[in-house]
Amino acid sequence: MAFEYAPAPESRAVVDIAPSYGLFIDGEFADAADGKVFKTVSPANEEVLSEVAQAGAADVERAVKAARKAFEKWSALPGAERAKYLFRIARLIQERSRELAVLESLDNGKPIKESRDSDLPLVAAHFFYYAGWADKLGHAGLGTDPKPLGVAGQVIPWNFPLLMLAWKIAPALACGNTVVLKPAETTPLSALFFADICRQAGLPRGVVNILTGDGSTGAELVAHPDVDKVAFTGSTEVGKAIARTVAGTDKKLTLELGGKAANIVFDDAPLDQAVEGIVNGIFFNQGHVCCAGSRLLVQESVQDELLDALKRRMASLRVGDPLDKNTDIGAINSAEQLARIKALADAGEAEGAERWAPACELPGEGYWFAPTLFTGVTQAHRIAREEIFGPVLSVLTFRTPEEAVAKANNTPYGLSAGIWTEKGSRSLWTAGKLRAGVVWSNTFNKFDPASPFGGYKESGFGREGGRHGLEAYLNV
Amino acid sequence: MPTTVPAYGKEAAGRLATMADVTADDRALRRFLHGLPGVDAVGLQARAAALGTRSIKNTAKAYAIDLAISMIDLTTLEGADTPGKVRALCAKGVNPDPTDRTVPKVAAICVYPDMVATAKEALGASGIHVASVATAFPAGRAALPVKLADTRDAVAAGADEIDMVIDRGAFLAGRYLEVFEEIKAVKEACVREDGSAAHLKVIFETGELQTYDNVRRVSWLAMLAGADFIKTSTGKVGVNATPPVTLLMLEAVRDFHDRLGVQVGVKPAGGIRTSKDAIKYLVMVNETLGEEWLTADWFRFGASSLLNDLLMQRQKLSSGRYSGPDYVTVD
Repeated sequence: MAFEYAPAPESRAVVDIAPSYGLFIDGEFADAADGKVFKTVSPANEEVLSEVAQAGAADVERAVKAARKAFEKWSALPGAERAKYLFRIARLIQERSRELAVLESLDNGKPIKESRDSDLPLVAAHFFYYAGWADKLGHAGLGTDPKPLGVAGQVIPWNFPLLMLAWKIAPALACGNTVVLKPAETTPLSALFFADICRQAGLPRGVVNILTGDGSTGAELVAHPDVDKVAFTGSTEVGKAIARTVAGTDKKLTLELGGKAANIVFDDAPLDQAVEGIVNGIFFNQGHVCCAGSRLLVQESVQDELLDALKRRMASLRVGDPLDKNTDIGAINSAEQLARIKALADAGEAEGAERWAPACELPGEGYWFAPTLFTGVTQAHRIAREEIFGPVLSVLTFRTPEEAVAKANNTPYGLSAGIWTEKGSRSLWTAGKLRAGVVWSNTFNKFDPASPFGGYKESGFGREGGRHGLEAYLNV
Repeated sequence: MPTTVPAYGKEAAGRLATMADVTADDRALRRFLHGLPGVDAVGLQARAAALGTRSIKNTAKAYAIDLAISMIDLTTLEGADTPGKVRALCAKGVNPDPTDRTVPKVAAICVYPDMVATAKEALGASGIHVASVATAFPAGRAALPVKLADTRDAVAAGADEIDMVIDRGAFLAGRYLEVFEEIKAVKEACVREDGSAAHLKVIFETGELQTYDNVRRVSWLAMLAGADFIKTSTGKVGVNATPPVTLLMLEAVRDFHDRLGVQVGVKPAGGIRTSKDAIKYLVMVNETLGEEWLTADWFRFGASSLLNDLLMQRQKLSSGRYSGPDYVTVD
């Protein structure tokens, strides 16, 4: 008999999802002015989870006005007072982390072990970290008495709904700004639960406002004349549109956009750990990660050995129910995203790369894509150039360190990179030459609130996290 | 005395012979062992920890508990061991839970060489093996002839398996060929008069070897020398089996099998006391080497107190309630 793991589903009973949600404006939930709503579904089985309000121009107006009014008092509070609220929010997130993890997995499709062990601890950590900065802004190296910018309009993506919210809201509040945040259309629920946490924490009305809606809501928010700061994480295409909107105004802007990270494996790498790092780099969160290591650059002399090991490891990945604690890879977030992944993977095949995926049975309902590997990829292939944002790895090879660096940098993006070698000098030499915001050495996808994160080139500008992350929300 | 003996079957010996050039002299062996891929400690520990988070419940747990029981080398290695103590342990090995005859037998009883005959007699036709720690266990600090005599003595007394310790001093001093030759010599001493041989488990005492790179090198060294099993530790030092070290040894076994087609077993020993821990090790085997290694032929636990926790968990699964330490025997 084989050692088959029995199903180990996390209970849904810990989270109570209401049939409908309004917009969170000025400390109250309210319907959209024009009464429009849309549904949010679980990507794992297409079940409708809830109905949320679609914010229009009038709602954006109300939310920005509430935030503007709240800004007067919030920015005038001593830093230590703001810190108290942030610490309170951080503790509430910890207390409710099981509920939030289940909610996030339901709405997003990511495996519970990732929402439970990666997302939620990091969400709480970000609030704790920036709570600590709130009364020390004068010591951040950004002037002795830096001032907040005002009302921040923030638009976040669907891959890490709650974590991206934390990356945006925690530093903004710590610096004394008030916010209007629009979560992604496909994953609005955790932000609405966060609104409830703000109320639980006694946060003054209007300091945090949540507007659910689609791209048009985001466009209204970004264009609103009384928004002082725009922060966006998402696709490069939308990022460019936002930059055009904001150009010529005195709004401050930070953009965290796409990526096509190189994960470079030298022939002296610790191979077993490199395989784990490659798997973590591209299959973490179904590859829905802007800093995913989607281009594997492997030295030709270890190519065969590494690919054999990688395929063997991929065959052991468990794809399925996101709420099962043993699931490694969950559902693709939406039908639209699944179609995009399929189209790009097909393009890879059509352009001559060799496609491989382990035999794995995918559920009948919902949006699923098996972890996939392309070998024989060249720089000229679309799958080596374009961000796929899914569990698809393109394998390229190199012969010398110079060639590895040249290929790694030959991309319109520059968000992250990975280096695998046992030789410290080679690691440092390579890191110094890579044009990427984050370079990991013998690891991948490691995040910490104290560490700044951001891109080069079309991956955007500005930094989030760490002391650097304060700069984006202060007038310096 | 028998001359050179094939370490495994003829086929395996033939495959090992293809590696003869790497064991030709100390320098070649060093070059080979130091040419193995390095180990990144942080990554290895993270992988071992991740494998430890698999949720094993219900049917999977029941399966794992019985499997773990069947893989135990039930051990007593005390200076104070007596024939009475050994016989009691043997009785427990045959029939671990007097209230439940569906509990599987353990794999082996592990004793000092002078207790082998007693254990052999007590186990009779039960099919349980007798394993014996020979070669000046646990320090291994004796002359080679003494170690070989210790081994032959245990084999002659009826031991089915020999657990030898390597000379850690020689390994740490870089005298790899010396360690290699010693393992080969012990392997030859495991041969019985009828030409069959006791299984050889080679103990590294990984807690004393300290680095993960050393663990990978010593694993290859022992497998090249003909080890049937590689075993983490004696259970007599501060740091014994750990999940990362065991995972690394499983990976070495996997790579050795890929390269030479020779299957080698793995035995973590020391400090594994709870069912939860044991199940984590089984998950590691399952996801690193696969089903083929999930039998007592290829994976063992060296343990003295693990069995009782497995029995209590087994009782809990069948009755729905925890009983308590008085509902399992203390032999």
